[in-house]
Amino acid sequence: MIDIEASLKSTFPDKVYAKSEFRDNQRIDVPVSDLIMVLTYLKNQLKFDMLAELCGIDYLQYPSARDRYGVNYVLSSTETNQRIIIRTKTNDPDPVVPSVVPLWEGANWLEREVFDMFGIRFEGHPDLRRILLPPEFVSYPLRKDYPLRGKGERHNFHQLTRAES
Amino acid sequence: MPLTLANPNAQIETGEAVSDQEYLYTLNFGPQHPATHTTLRLILTLDGEVIVKAVPDIGYLHSGFEKLGEDLDFNQYVTVVDRMNYISPIANEIAWHHTVEKLMGIEITPRCKYIRTIIAELARMSDHLLCVGASALDLGGITGFLYAFNEREKIYNIFETMSGQRFHPSFSRVGGLMMDVNDSWIEQIRKFAHHDFPKAHADVTRLLNRNKIFVDRTKGIGVLSREEAINRSATGPIARASGVQRDLRIDEPYLAYADLDFEMVCAEGGDCYSRYLVRMEELKESCKIIQQAVENIPFGPINVDLESKQVIPDKSATYRSIEGLIQHFELFMWNRRWTPPIEELYAATEAPNGELGFYVVSNGNGHAYRARTRPPSFIHFSLFPMLIEGHQISDVPAVLGSLNIIAAELDR
Repeated sequence: MIDIEASLKSTFPDKVYAKSEFRDNQRIDVPVSDLIMVLTYLKNQLKFDMLAELCGIDYLQYPSARDRYGVNYVLSSTETNQRIIIRTKTNDPDPVVPSVVPLWEGANWLEREVFDMFGIRFEGHPDLRRILLPPEFVSYPLRKDYPLRGKGERHNFHQLTRAES
Repeated sequence: MPLTLANPNAQIETGEAVSDQEYLYTLNFGPQHPATHTTLRLILTLDGEVIVKAVPDIGYLHSGFEKLGEDLDFNQYVTVVDRMNYISPIANEIAWHHTVEKLMGIEITPRCKYIRTIIAELARMSDHLLCVGASALDLGGITGFLYAFNEREKIYNIFETMSGQRFHPSFSRVGGLMMDVNDSWIEQIRKFAHHDFPKAHADVTRLLNRNKIFVDRTKGIGVLSREEAINRSATGPIARASGVQRDLRIDEPYLAYADLDFEMVCAEGGDCYSRYLVRMEELKESCKIIQQAVENIPFGPINVDLESKQVIPDKSATYRSIEGLIQHFELFMWNRRWTPPIEELYAATEAPNGELGFYVVSNGNGHAYRARTRPPSFIHFSLFPMLIEGHQISDVPAVLGSLNIIAAELDR
């Protein structure tokens, strides 16, 4: 088992990252500005070679949340079988997080999905388009202010008539 | 709506600009195509028969499962989770409740662990049999498909005996299972694991393993190297076929896997044939797990203690005791239900297709604040353009079949 906290502290002595633990999950909160630096270090030095999961969360209305959007990177190591979750936060009006596609090719579609569902832009992503929803869709459905029920974009979609087709 | 490429003016790998290659043509493969099995679309740029570029277009089955997960409670959502990978629904249920129980800190009973292990392995067998059979079918081997599907029918019968539902059993609950199993179910599994399945497995092996057409069409096709597999987050049989030694059942043991004797199956080729071989061997290992587990199911309750206030009481407790009735109310009233810690957690299980994880955020209510799924099919389908480039159009069904893409899980 690698002591991630200690090695981060010794490599970046002037940075303080909040570390928390819940059940067997170890989490480190990293600001967006340091994200790529920390992830590169984890990948290259500490052998967290696989990005198991990347997901977005909208913390609007969440108890005692200060930032609106969260992006989580669940890294696993195929050598030590250790996992670490790196959490970063971003905010309106223009939520931006640097893309990790240069580090892990597997992040490509995962980031596109987060963009599709939350509208979080990934700077440096090679192909940031909607992935699950049609390109003419305008809002971001997994945001908490998007209604669960009721009339939405689907009703505004252009319908092909017989004459047009 | 025409699909736009990332950069239409970009140079395609051959080195010449697109405009100079007027002989390249575009083929629309899907969304309704018999060889894709599910609803997914590929836009293939072809140079004669050779695929120069493949652009997947997905989302045809997107139905907002994750948004529903924020509205339905932890038990209700199981019916939706069921429909993600509908080839092995019970594996998704177990993964979901594994995460929820971890969030709430529930330790399920030994009997429940063993029964869940057995049904998870049955689901794995069902999934692998479909994948092996259907990929053989796409390559012209219809007999192998029939042998495999014959066994899947028996697995469905086992699920029906257990829960009353064949396809989507919705059998697991927070802290336990819907109901206990009986002896005839165990007898059915014994017959399946000791008698029916090994015979069918030998038949499929004899039909396909040295079948010239099958081997020629799968060997060396869609090669995924070990480095690429790790870098592109591949998991499960696809990663193991590329030599990645990673199986969550062994690396992060959950349920009863730590007590059972089985091997991790790996191969080195990384091509379609290796993926086929890994799945065939995993079928044998799953059968071994079931044979052991079914003889060792511990006695005892199926659900955690009612005192924990987390589990739905059974019918006799609900109707004949005041504690049971109150507990039933507590879990079903809209303003009551569970009170999990205000926390977030990622937990993963080894589903048939790979690592199936859930990232659950809880705000202390009876339903998740965010129920993110890490779908293995989604990640494996993103490998597809890389695997198919340079191969012929007839290799598309071989590669698709070996990746075992389930569109409902892909799009959610």
